[in-house]
Amino acid sequence: MENNGLNKVDLIFEKIDAKQVLSKAFKMSNADIIQNMLDSGLKGRGGAGFPTGLKWKYTAAEKSAEKYIVCNADEGEPGTFKDREILDRVSVKVHGGMAIAGKAIGAKTGIVYLRGEYRYLLPKLMIELDAFHRMIHEIGFDFNIQYRMGSGAYICGEESALFESIEGKRGEPRNKPPYPTVSGVFEKPTSINNVETLVTAMMIIFHGSKNFTQYGTKDSRGSKVFSVSGDTPTPGIFELELGMTVQQFVNEFGDGDTKAVQVGGASGFCVPRKKFAETIIGFEGVPTGGSMKLFNSSRSMYNVLHNYLDFFAEESCGQCTPCRVGCQQLLKGVEKVKKGESKSTYLSELVKLADTMKIAAKCGLGQSVGNAFKSIVSNFKEEIIY
Amino acid sequence: MYQVGNLVKELSDKHGHARENLIPILQDIVQKHNYLTDEAMVEVAKELDISAAEVYGTASFYTFLDTQVRGKYVIRVCKTITCSMKGKSDIIHTLEDILKIKVGETTADRQFSLIETNCIGWCHKAPAVLINDMPYTELTPEKISDIIKDYMKK
Repeated sequence: MENNGLNKVDLIFEKIDAKQVLSKAFKMSNADIIQNMLDSGLKGRGGAGFPTGLKWKYTAAEKSAEKYIVCNADEGEPGTFKDREILDRVSVKVHGGMAIAGKAIGAKTGIVYLRGEYRYLLPKLMIELDAFHRMIHEIGFDFNIQYRMGSGAYICGEESALFESIEGKRGEPRNKPPYPTVSGVFEKPTSINNVETLVTAMMIIFHGSKNFTQYGTKDSRGSKVFSVSGDTPTPGIFELELGMTVQQFVNEFGDGDTKAVQVGGASGFCVPRKKFAETIIGFEGVPTGGSMKLFNSSRSMYNVLHNYLDFFAEESCGQCTPCRVGCQQLLKGVEKVKKGESKSTYLSELVKLADTMKIAAKCGLGQSVGNAFKSIVSNFKEEIIY
Repeated sequence: MYQVGNLVKELSDKHGHARENLIPILQDIVQKHNYLTDEAMVEVAKELDISAAEVYGTASFYTFLDTQVRGKYVIRVCKTITCSMKGKSDIIHTLEDILKIKVGETTADRQFSLIETNCIGWCHKAPAVLINDMPYTELTPEKISDIIKDYMKK
Protein backbone atom coordinates (compact mmCIF):
# COMPACT_ATOMS: atom_id res chain seq x y z
CA MET A 1 0.00 0.00 0.00
CA GLU A 2 1.71 3.20 -1.18
CA ASN A 3 1.04 6.27 0.86
CA ASN A 4 3.16 9.42 0.61
CA GLY A 5 6.00 7.12 -0.41
CA LEU A 6 5.58 5.14 2.81
CA ASN A 7 5.13 1.42 2.61
CA LYS A 8 2.98 0.06 5.43
CA VAL A 9 3.94 -3.46 6.45
CA ASP A 10 2.18 -6.02 8.62
CA LEU A 11 4.84 -8.33 9.99
CA ILE A 12 4.92 -7.75 13.72
CA PHE A 13 1.18 -8.02 14.36
CA GLU A 14 0.45 -10.48 11.52
CA LYS A 15 -1.56 -13.46 12.70
CA ILE A 16 0.46 -16.66 12.39
CA ASP A 17 0.26 -20.26 13.50
CA ALA A 18 2.93 -19.98 16.20
CA LYS A 19 3.11 -23.72 16.76
CA GLN A 20 3.83 -24.35 13.10
CA VAL A 21 6.63 -21.74 12.99
CA LEU A 22 8.18 -23.06 16.20
CA SER A 23 7.98 -26.66 14.93
CA LYS A 24 9.83 -25.51 11.81
CA ALA A 25 12.50 -23.77 13.92
CA PHE A 26 12.82 -26.84 16.15
CA LYS A 27 13.74 -28.97 13.15
CA MET A 28 16.33 -26.49 11.86
CA SER A 29 19.98 -26.77 12.91
CA ASN A 30 21.25 -24.07 15.24
CA ALA A 31 23.77 -22.94 12.65
CA ASP A 32 20.96 -22.67 10.12
CA ILE A 33 18.84 -20.48 12.42
CA ILE A 34 21.79 -18.16 13.04
CA GLN A 35 22.63 -18.07 9.32
CA ASN A 36 19.03 -17.00 8.62
CA MET A 37 19.47 -14.07 11.03
CA LEU A 38 22.81 -13.09 9.47
CA ASP A 39 21.37 -13.28 5.95
CA SER A 40 18.35 -11.20 6.91
CA GLY A 41 20.55 -8.29 8.00
CA LEU A 42 18.31 -7.80 11.04
CA LYS A 43 19.65 -5.18 13.45
CA GLY A 44 18.43 -4.77 17.01
CA ARG A 45 15.15 -2.88 17.25
CA GLY A 46 15.77 -1.31 20.65
CA GLY A 47 17.72 1.53 19.07
CA ALA A 48 21.40 0.58 19.19
CA GLY A 49 21.12 -1.59 16.08
CA PHE A 50 23.63 -4.37 16.77
CA PRO A 51 23.24 -7.18 14.18
CA THR A 52 21.08 -9.86 15.81
CA GLY A 53 22.71 -12.73 13.91
CA LEU A 54 26.14 -11.77 15.22
CA LYS A 55 24.89 -11.48 18.78
CA TRP A 56 23.44 -15.00 18.58
CA LYS A 57 26.55 -16.33 16.83
CA TYR A 58 28.90 -14.97 19.51
CA THR A 59 26.73 -16.27 22.36
CA ALA A 60 26.39 -19.68 20.67
CA ALA A 61 30.19 -19.90 20.39
CA GLU A 62 30.70 -19.50 24.16
CA LYS A 63 31.24 -22.74 26.03
CA SER A 64 29.08 -22.71 29.14
CA ALA A 65 26.60 -25.09 30.71
CA GLU A 66 24.35 -22.14 31.51
CA LYS A 67 23.37 -19.41 29.09
CA TYR A 68 20.49 -16.96 29.02
CA ILE A 69 18.17 -15.23 26.60
CA VAL A 70 17.01 -11.95 28.05
CA CYS A 71 14.15 -10.02 26.50
CA ASN A 72 14.58 -6.31 27.11
CA ALA A 73 11.05 -5.05 27.75
CA ASP A 74 12.19 -2.08 29.83
CA GLU A 75 10.86 0.30 27.22
CA GLY A 76 11.56 3.66 28.82
CA GLU A 77 12.71 5.96 26.03
CA PRO A 78 10.35 8.94 25.97
CA GLY A 79 8.00 8.56 23.03
CA THR A 80 8.32 4.78 22.72
CA PHE A 81 5.34 2.56 23.45
CA LYS A 82 5.52 -0.14 20.76
CA ASP A 83 6.88 -2.91 23.01
CA ARG A 84 3.90 -2.57 25.34
CA GLU A 85 1.55 -2.92 22.38
CA ILE A 86 3.50 -5.90 21.00
CA LEU A 87 3.43 -7.72 24.35
CA ASP A 88 -0.22 -6.91 24.79
CA ARG A 89 -1.27 -8.13 21.34
CA VAL A 90 1.22 -10.84 20.29
CA SER A 91 3.11 -12.08 23.35
CA VAL A 92 3.26 -15.55 21.77
CA LYS A 93 5.61 -14.14 19.14
CA VAL A 94 7.85 -12.52 21.77
CA HIS A 95 8.05 -15.77 23.73
CA GLY A 96 8.45 -17.66 20.44
CA GLY A 97 11.41 -15.50 19.39
CA MET A 98 13.01 -16.21 22.76
CA ALA A 99 12.56 -19.98 22.37
CA ILE A 100 14.11 -19.86 18.89
CA ALA A 101 17.01 -17.74 20.14
CA GLY A 102 17.40 -20.08 23.12
CA LYS A 103 17.70 -23.09 20.86
CA ALA A 104 20.16 -21.31 18.55
CA ILE A 105 22.57 -20.27 21.31
CA GLY A 106 22.05 -23.22 23.65
CA ALA A 107 20.10 -21.52 26.45
CA LYS A 108 17.38 -23.22 28.45
CA THR A 109 16.25 -20.15 30.35
CA GLY A 110 14.70 -16.96 29.11
CA ILE A 111 14.05 -13.91 31.27
CA VAL A 112 11.71 -11.10 30.27
CA TYR A 113 12.57 -7.87 32.07
CA LEU A 114 9.35 -5.88 31.97
CA ARG A 115 9.24 -2.27 33.11
CA GLY A 116 7.24 -1.60 36.28
CA GLU A 117 5.02 0.87 34.45
CA TYR A 118 3.59 -2.09 32.49
CA ARG A 119 2.82 -4.28 35.50
CA TYR A 120 -0.90 -4.17 34.71
CA LEU A 121 -0.14 -6.48 31.76
CA LEU A 122 1.38 -9.18 33.97
CA PRO A 123 -1.73 -11.26 34.90
CA LYS A 124 -2.66 -11.65 31.21
CA LEU A 125 0.94 -12.38 30.20
CA MET A 126 1.22 -15.12 32.86
CA ILE A 127 -1.83 -16.91 31.42
CA GLU A 128 -0.42 -16.61 27.89
CA LEU A 129 2.99 -17.79 29.07
CA ASP A 130 1.49 -20.94 30.64
CA ALA A 131 -0.16 -21.82 27.34
CA PHE A 132 3.08 -21.06 25.52
CA HIS A 133 5.10 -23.36 27.78
CA ARG A 134 2.64 -26.21 27.18
CA MET A 135 2.89 -25.68 23.42
CA ILE A 136 6.70 -25.63 23.16
CA HIS A 137 7.14 -28.58 25.50
CA GLU A 138 4.84 -30.57 23.21
CA ILE A 139 7.09 -29.66 20.27
CA GLY A 140 10.13 -30.72 22.27
CA PHE A 141 11.79 -27.47 23.30
CA ASP A 142 13.73 -27.62 26.58
CA PHE A 143 13.15 -23.97 27.39
CA ASN A 144 11.43 -21.95 30.10
CA ILE A 145 10.68 -18.27 30.46
CA GLN A 146 10.32 -16.22 33.62
CA TYR A 147 9.38 -12.58 34.13
CA ARG A 148 11.27 -10.04 36.22
CA MET A 149 9.79 -6.63 36.86
CA GLY A 150 11.52 -3.28 36.76
CA SER A 151 10.69 -0.59 39.30
CA GLY A 152 10.82 2.72 37.50
CA ALA A 153 14.42 3.20 36.42
CA TYR A 154 15.09 4.29 32.81
CA ILE A 155 18.73 3.24 33.09
CA CYS A 156 17.70 -0.42 33.47
CA GLY A 157 17.02 -0.47 29.72
CA GLU A 158 20.83 -0.36 29.36
CA GLU A 159 21.76 -4.01 29.04
CA SER A 160 24.32 -4.35 31.81
CA ALA A 161 22.23 -2.25 34.22
CA LEU A 162 19.33 -4.57 33.41
CA PHE A 163 21.47 -7.59 34.37
CA GLU A 164 22.41 -5.93 37.66
CA SER A 165 18.72 -5.33 38.34
CA ILE A 166 17.82 -8.97 37.60
CA GLU A 167 20.53 -9.94 40.07
CA GLY A 168 18.76 -7.86 42.72
CA LYS A 169 21.10 -4.88 42.77
CA ARG A 170 21.05 -1.17 41.94
CA GLY A 171 20.74 -0.77 38.19
CA GLU A 172 24.22 0.60 37.61
CA PRO A 173 25.84 -0.18 34.24
CA ARG A 174 28.96 -2.33 34.18
CA ASN A 175 32.24 -1.69 32.42
CA LYS A 176 32.54 -3.29 28.99
CA PRO A 177 34.20 -5.56 28.00
CA PRO A 178 33.28 -8.23 28.89
CA TYR A 179 30.24 -7.99 26.66
CA PRO A 180 26.98 -9.80 27.50
CA THR A 181 27.69 -12.52 24.93
CA VAL A 182 30.63 -13.54 27.17
CA SER A 183 29.43 -12.48 30.61
CA GLY A 184 25.87 -11.26 30.95
CA VAL A 185 23.27 -11.98 33.59
CA PHE A 186 24.67 -14.03 36.52
CA GLU A 187 27.99 -13.68 34.65
CA LYS A 188 26.85 -16.26 32.08
CA PRO A 189 26.85 -15.83 28.29
CA THR A 190 23.69 -13.91 27.47
CA SER A 191 21.94 -12.76 24.36
CA ILE A 192 19.83 -9.74 25.25
CA ASN A 193 17.34 -8.69 22.60
CA ASN A 194 14.57 -6.13 22.35
CA VAL A 195 10.92 -7.26 22.29
CA GLU A 196 10.45 -6.28 18.64
CA THR A 197 13.75 -7.89 17.58
CA LEU A 198 12.59 -11.25 18.95
CA VAL A 199 9.26 -11.01 17.14
CA THR A 200 11.03 -10.04 13.91
CA ALA A 201 13.40 -13.00 14.33
CA MET A 202 10.43 -15.37 14.57
CA MET A 203 8.89 -13.81 11.46
CA ILE A 204 12.19 -14.23 9.58
CA ILE A 205 12.03 -17.95 10.37
CA PHE A 206 8.41 -17.96 9.15
CA HIS A 207 8.89 -15.99 5.91
CA GLY A 208 12.57 -16.77 5.21
CA SER A 209 15.40 -14.25 5.24
CA LYS A 210 15.06 -13.57 1.48
CA ASN A 211 11.53 -12.23 1.90
CA PHE A 212 12.69 -10.02 4.73
CA THR A 213 15.55 -8.46 2.74
CA GLN A 214 13.06 -7.31 0.09
CA TYR A 215 12.12 -4.55 2.50
CA GLY A 216 14.28 -1.64 3.54
CA THR A 217 17.74 -0.52 2.47
CA LYS A 218 21.23 -2.00 2.58
CA ASP A 219 21.93 -0.56 6.02
CA SER A 220 18.41 -0.83 7.41
CA ARG A 221 16.75 -4.06 6.36
CA GLY A 222 13.10 -4.84 6.82
CA SER A 223 10.36 -2.91 8.51
CA LYS A 224 10.00 -1.38 11.93
CA VAL A 225 7.28 -0.42 14.34
CA PHE A 226 7.17 3.33 14.93
CA SER A 227 5.64 5.03 17.96
CA VAL A 228 4.18 8.30 16.68
CA SER A 229 3.20 11.09 19.06
CA GLY A 230 3.20 14.84 19.57
CA ASP A 231 1.58 17.27 17.14
CA THR A 232 -0.01 14.79 14.78
CA PRO A 233 -3.63 14.08 13.85
CA THR A 234 -2.87 10.33 13.92
CA PRO A 235 -0.82 9.36 16.98
CA GLY A 236 -0.27 5.64 17.47
CA ILE A 237 1.72 2.63 16.37
CA PHE A 238 2.63 2.05 12.73
CA GLU A 239 4.80 -0.57 11.08
CA LEU A 240 6.65 0.95 8.14
CA GLU A 241 9.30 -0.14 5.69
CA LEU A 242 12.70 1.32 6.60
CA GLY A 243 14.47 3.80 4.36
CA MET A 244 11.99 6.71 4.27
CA THR A 245 13.03 10.33 4.70
CA VAL A 246 11.76 12.51 7.52
CA GLN A 247 9.91 14.50 4.84
CA GLN A 248 7.95 11.44 3.73
CA PHE A 249 7.17 10.69 7.35
CA VAL A 250 6.00 14.25 7.99
CA ASN A 251 3.84 14.22 4.85
CA GLU A 252 2.00 11.24 6.29
CA PHE A 253 1.88 12.10 9.98
CA GLY A 254 2.39 15.86 10.26
CA ASP A 255 -0.34 18.41 10.99
CA GLY A 256 0.76 20.70 8.16
CA ASP A 257 2.81 22.89 10.49
CA THR A 258 5.60 20.55 11.63
CA LYS A 259 8.76 22.43 12.48
CA ALA A 260 10.81 19.61 13.99
CA VAL A 261 10.78 15.86 14.51
CA GLN A 262 12.61 14.26 17.40
CA VAL A 263 13.77 10.88 16.08
CA GLY A 264 14.77 8.27 18.67
CA GLY A 265 13.39 9.88 21.80
CA ALA A 266 15.20 12.02 24.35
CA SER A 267 18.46 10.26 23.54
CA GLY A 268 17.90 10.71 19.80
CA PHE A 269 18.22 13.55 17.32
CA CYS A 270 16.11 16.59 16.58
CA VAL A 271 15.60 17.12 12.83
CA PRO A 272 14.50 20.66 11.84
CA ARG A 273 12.21 21.38 8.88
CA LYS A 274 15.05 22.44 6.57
CA LYS A 275 16.65 19.01 6.91
CA PHE A 276 13.48 16.88 6.50
CA ALA A 277 14.12 16.07 2.84
CA GLU A 278 17.74 15.01 3.18
CA THR A 279 17.46 12.95 6.38
CA ILE A 280 16.80 9.23 6.18
CA ILE A 281 15.22 7.45 9.15
CA GLY A 282 17.48 4.46 9.69
CA PHE A 283 21.06 3.50 10.36
CA GLU A 284 22.33 5.51 7.37
CA GLY A 285 20.72 8.67 8.76
CA VAL A 286 19.05 9.08 12.12
CA PRO A 287 18.59 5.74 13.91
CA THR A 288 15.58 5.18 16.13
CA GLY A 289 14.17 2.59 18.46
CA GLY A 290 10.84 3.75 17.08
CA SER A 291 10.17 6.99 18.93
CA MET A 292 8.95 9.72 16.57
CA LYS A 293 7.74 12.97 18.12
CA LEU A 294 6.41 15.77 16.00
CA PHE A 295 6.50 19.40 17.10
CA ASN A 296 4.62 22.18 15.35
CA SER A 297 5.42 25.87 15.31
CA SER A 298 3.39 26.56 18.47
CA ARG A 299 5.96 24.63 20.54
CA SER A 300 8.96 26.15 22.24
CA MET A 301 12.04 24.06 21.55
CA TYR A 302 13.49 25.47 24.77
CA ASN A 303 10.69 23.71 26.66
CA VAL A 304 11.38 20.51 24.74
CA LEU A 305 15.10 20.64 25.54
CA HIS A 306 14.45 21.56 29.16
CA ASN A 307 12.05 18.63 29.52
CA TYR A 308 14.63 16.20 28.11
CA LEU A 309 17.46 17.52 30.30
CA ASP A 310 15.25 17.35 33.37
CA PHE A 311 14.50 13.74 32.41
CA PHE A 312 18.20 12.84 32.08
CA ALA A 313 19.21 14.65 35.27
CA GLU A 314 16.66 12.49 37.12
CA GLU A 315 17.36 9.23 35.33
CA SER A 316 21.17 9.34 35.36
CA CYS A 317 22.20 6.54 37.72
CA GLY A 318 24.81 8.82 39.28
CA GLN A 319 27.61 6.30 39.09
CA CYS A 320 29.97 8.20 36.78
CA THR A 321 30.77 11.89 37.16
CA PRO A 322 30.53 12.98 33.51
CA CYS A 323 26.88 11.93 33.36
CA ARG A 324 25.79 12.74 36.92
CA VAL A 325 27.27 16.24 36.96
CA GLY A 326 27.05 16.78 33.22
CA CYS A 327 23.26 16.33 33.05
CA GLN A 328 22.74 18.72 35.97
CA GLN A 329 25.06 21.35 34.51
CA LEU A 330 23.49 21.21 31.05
CA LEU A 331 20.09 21.73 32.67
CA LYS A 332 21.28 24.62 34.86
CA GLY A 333 23.24 26.03 31.93
CA VAL A 334 20.30 26.40 29.53
CA GLU A 335 18.20 27.85 32.36
CA LYS A 336 20.85 30.52 32.97
CA VAL A 337 21.12 31.39 29.28
CA LYS A 338 17.34 31.62 29.02
CA LYS A 339 17.11 33.94 32.05
CA GLY A 340 19.96 36.07 30.71
CA GLU A 341 22.20 35.21 33.67
CA SER A 342 24.76 33.78 31.29
CA LYS A 343 25.77 35.13 27.89
CA SER A 344 24.56 33.28 24.81
CA THR A 345 28.19 32.32 24.08
CA TYR A 346 27.96 30.08 27.16
CA LEU A 347 25.99 27.68 24.94
CA SER A 348 29.20 26.76 23.12
CA GLU A 349 30.78 25.86 26.48
CA LEU A 350 27.78 23.62 27.15
CA VAL A 351 28.24 21.97 23.75
CA LYS A 352 31.84 21.18 24.76
CA LEU A 353 30.52 19.61 27.97
CA ALA A 354 28.08 17.48 25.93
CA ASP A 355 31.02 16.37 23.74
CA THR A 356 33.02 15.43 26.83
CA MET A 357 30.09 13.39 28.14
CA LYS A 358 29.99 11.49 24.86
CA ILE A 359 33.62 10.46 25.31
CA ALA A 360 33.79 10.09 29.08
CA ALA A 361 30.42 8.75 30.26
CA LYS A 362 30.36 5.09 31.16
CA CYS A 363 27.24 4.02 29.30
CA GLY A 364 24.86 4.91 26.52
CA LEU A 365 22.76 7.22 28.68
CA GLY A 366 25.46 9.80 29.35
CA GLN A 367 26.96 9.32 25.91
CA SER A 368 23.73 10.15 24.12
CA VAL A 369 22.53 13.19 26.11
CA GLY A 370 24.53 15.28 23.66
CA ASN A 371 22.49 14.01 20.70
CA ALA A 372 19.33 15.86 21.62
CA PHE A 373 21.21 18.72 23.26
CA LYS A 374 23.41 19.54 20.30
CA SER A 375 20.80 18.99 17.62
CA ILE A 376 18.28 21.24 19.39
CA VAL A 377 20.79 23.94 20.37
CA SER A 378 22.36 24.11 16.92
CA ASN A 379 19.08 24.17 15.00
CA PHE A 380 17.00 26.31 17.36
CA LYS A 381 19.60 28.53 18.99
CA GLU A 382 17.38 31.62 18.95
CA GLU A 383 14.61 29.76 20.81
CA ILE A 384 17.06 28.68 23.52
CA ILE A 385 18.46 32.20 24.03
CA TYR A 386 15.37 34.45 23.68
CA MET B 1 2.89 2.95 59.34
CA TYR B 2 2.03 -0.67 58.82
CA GLN B 3 3.21 -3.73 60.72
CA VAL B 4 5.15 -6.15 58.54
CA GLY B 5 4.32 -9.16 60.70
CA ASN B 6 5.00 -12.41 58.86
CA LEU B 7 4.90 -10.83 55.39
CA VAL B 8 8.67 -10.62 54.86
CA LYS B 9 9.17 -14.20 55.98
CA GLU B 10 6.37 -15.44 53.72
CA LEU B 11 7.74 -13.54 50.72
CA SER B 12 11.32 -14.71 51.33
CA ASP B 13 10.12 -18.28 51.49
CA LYS B 14 8.08 -17.77 48.30
CA HIS B 15 10.84 -16.11 46.24
CA GLY B 16 13.88 -17.68 47.91
CA HIS B 17 16.60 -16.28 50.12
CA ALA B 18 19.24 -15.68 47.43
CA ARG B 19 20.45 -12.13 46.75
CA GLU B 20 18.74 -11.97 43.35
CA ASN B 21 15.34 -12.23 45.01
CA LEU B 22 15.73 -8.96 46.87
CA ILE B 23 13.90 -6.84 44.31
CA PRO B 24 10.91 -9.20 43.83
CA ILE B 25 10.51 -9.32 47.63
CA LEU B 26 10.63 -5.52 47.92
CA GLN B 27 8.24 -5.20 44.96
CA ASP B 28 5.72 -7.50 46.62
CA ILE B 29 5.86 -5.51 49.86
CA VAL B 30 5.23 -2.33 47.86
CA GLN B 31 2.39 -4.06 45.98
CA LYS B 32 0.71 -4.69 49.33
CA HIS B 33 1.59 -1.57 51.31
CA ASN B 34 2.74 0.96 48.65
CA TYR B 35 5.99 1.83 50.40
CA LEU B 36 8.83 0.34 52.42
CA THR B 37 9.23 1.06 56.12
CA ASP B 38 12.62 0.89 57.86
CA GLU B 39 11.29 -2.06 59.80
CA ALA B 40 10.38 -3.92 56.60
CA MET B 41 13.80 -3.30 55.07
CA VAL B 42 15.59 -4.50 58.23
CA GLU B 43 13.44 -7.65 58.21
CA VAL B 44 14.30 -8.30 54.55
CA ALA B 45 18.02 -7.84 55.34
CA LYS B 46 17.75 -10.45 58.10
CA GLU B 47 15.93 -12.94 55.88
CA LEU B 48 18.44 -12.61 53.01
CA ASP B 49 21.41 -12.33 55.38
CA ILE B 50 22.67 -9.06 53.88
CA SER B 51 23.16 -5.65 55.48
CA ALA B 52 20.21 -3.32 55.92
CA ALA B 53 22.27 -0.64 54.14
CA GLU B 54 22.40 -2.84 51.07
CA VAL B 55 18.63 -3.26 51.11
CA TYR B 56 18.11 0.48 51.50
CA GLY B 57 20.75 1.23 48.87
CA THR B 58 18.96 -0.99 46.37
CA ALA B 59 15.44 0.19 47.22
CA SER B 60 16.34 3.87 47.06
CA PHE B 61 17.72 3.43 43.53
CA TYR B 62 14.28 2.58 42.15
CA THR B 63 11.60 5.26 42.05
CA PHE B 64 8.78 2.71 42.37
CA LEU B 65 10.28 1.25 45.57
CA ASP B 66 9.28 4.16 47.75
CA THR B 67 10.94 4.51 51.13
CA GLN B 68 8.67 7.32 52.30
CA VAL B 69 5.05 7.06 53.37
CA ARG B 70 2.62 6.66 50.48
CA GLY B 71 -1.14 6.46 50.45
CA LYS B 72 -3.31 3.52 49.48
CA TYR B 73 -3.54 4.92 45.94
CA VAL B 74 -0.36 6.34 44.45
CA ILE B 75 -1.13 8.67 41.56
CA ARG B 76 1.83 9.12 39.21
CA VAL B 77 1.31 11.84 36.63
CA CYS B 78 3.55 11.60 33.56
CA LYS B 79 5.54 14.81 33.10
CA THR B 80 7.57 13.89 30.03
CA ILE B 81 7.33 15.95 26.87
CA THR B 82 4.17 14.74 25.12
CA CYS B 83 2.08 14.62 28.29
CA SER B 84 3.55 17.98 29.22
CA MET B 85 2.50 19.39 25.81
CA LYS B 86 -0.98 17.89 26.01
CA GLY B 87 -2.18 19.27 29.31
CA LYS B 88 -0.31 17.60 32.17
CA SER B 89 -0.44 20.83 34.20
CA ASP B 90 -4.25 20.94 34.05
CA ILE B 91 -4.37 17.37 35.33
CA ILE B 92 -2.02 18.23 38.21
CA HIS B 93 -4.05 21.32 39.16
CA THR B 94 -7.29 19.34 39.10
CA LEU B 95 -5.79 16.64 41.31
CA GLU B 96 -4.34 19.21 43.73
CA ASP B 97 -7.77 20.84 43.99
CA ILE B 98 -9.67 17.63 44.62
CA LEU B 99 -7.17 16.05 46.99
CA LYS B 100 -6.12 19.31 48.71
CA ILE B 101 -2.48 18.34 48.51
CA LYS B 102 0.52 19.43 46.43
CA VAL B 103 2.72 17.25 44.21
CA GLY B 104 4.88 15.05 46.43
CA GLU B 105 2.35 14.95 49.28
CA THR B 106 -0.01 12.36 50.74
CA THR B 107 -3.52 13.08 52.00
CA ALA B 108 -3.99 13.13 55.78
CA ASP B 109 -6.21 10.04 55.63
CA ARG B 110 -3.38 8.20 53.82
CA GLN B 111 -5.64 7.39 50.88
CA PHE B 112 -3.85 9.24 48.05
CA SER B 113 -0.33 10.28 47.15
CA LEU B 114 0.29 12.61 44.23
CA ILE B 115 3.63 12.46 42.43
CA GLU B 116 5.08 13.15 39.01
CA THR B 117 6.88 10.50 37.02
CA ASN B 118 8.88 10.14 33.82
CA CYS B 119 7.51 8.70 30.55
CA ILE B 120 5.11 5.80 31.20
CA GLY B 121 4.70 4.82 27.54
CA TRP B 122 1.32 6.35 26.64
CA CYS B 123 2.52 9.34 24.56
CA HIS B 124 -0.03 8.63 21.81
CA LYS B 125 -2.82 8.92 24.38
CA ALA B 126 -1.47 11.82 26.42
CA PRO B 127 -1.91 13.05 29.06
CA ALA B 128 -1.65 9.87 31.11
CA VAL B 129 -1.34 8.84 34.75
CA LEU B 130 -0.79 5.63 36.66
CA ILE B 131 -2.88 4.94 39.74
CA ASN B 132 -0.96 2.15 41.43
CA ASP B 133 -0.52 -0.24 38.47
CA MET B 134 -3.40 0.98 36.29
CA PRO B 135 -2.85 3.42 33.44
CA TYR B 136 -5.49 6.08 32.66
CA THR B 137 -5.07 7.90 29.36
CA GLU B 138 -6.37 10.73 27.15
CA LEU B 139 -7.28 12.58 30.31
CA THR B 140 -9.15 15.83 30.72
CA PRO B 141 -9.76 17.63 34.03
CA GLU B 142 -13.35 16.25 34.00
CA LYS B 143 -12.23 12.71 33.28
CA ILE B 144 -9.56 12.60 35.99
CA SER B 145 -11.93 14.07 38.61
CA ASP B 146 -14.51 11.37 37.82
CA ILE B 147 -11.82 8.69 38.13
CA ILE B 148 -10.60 10.03 41.49
CA LYS B 149 -14.16 10.34 42.81
CA ASP B 150 -14.65 6.65 41.99
CA TYR B 151 -11.48 5.81 43.92
CA MET B 152 -12.74 7.88 46.86
CA LYS B 153 -15.82 5.66 47.06
CA LYS B 154 -13.73 2.47 47.20
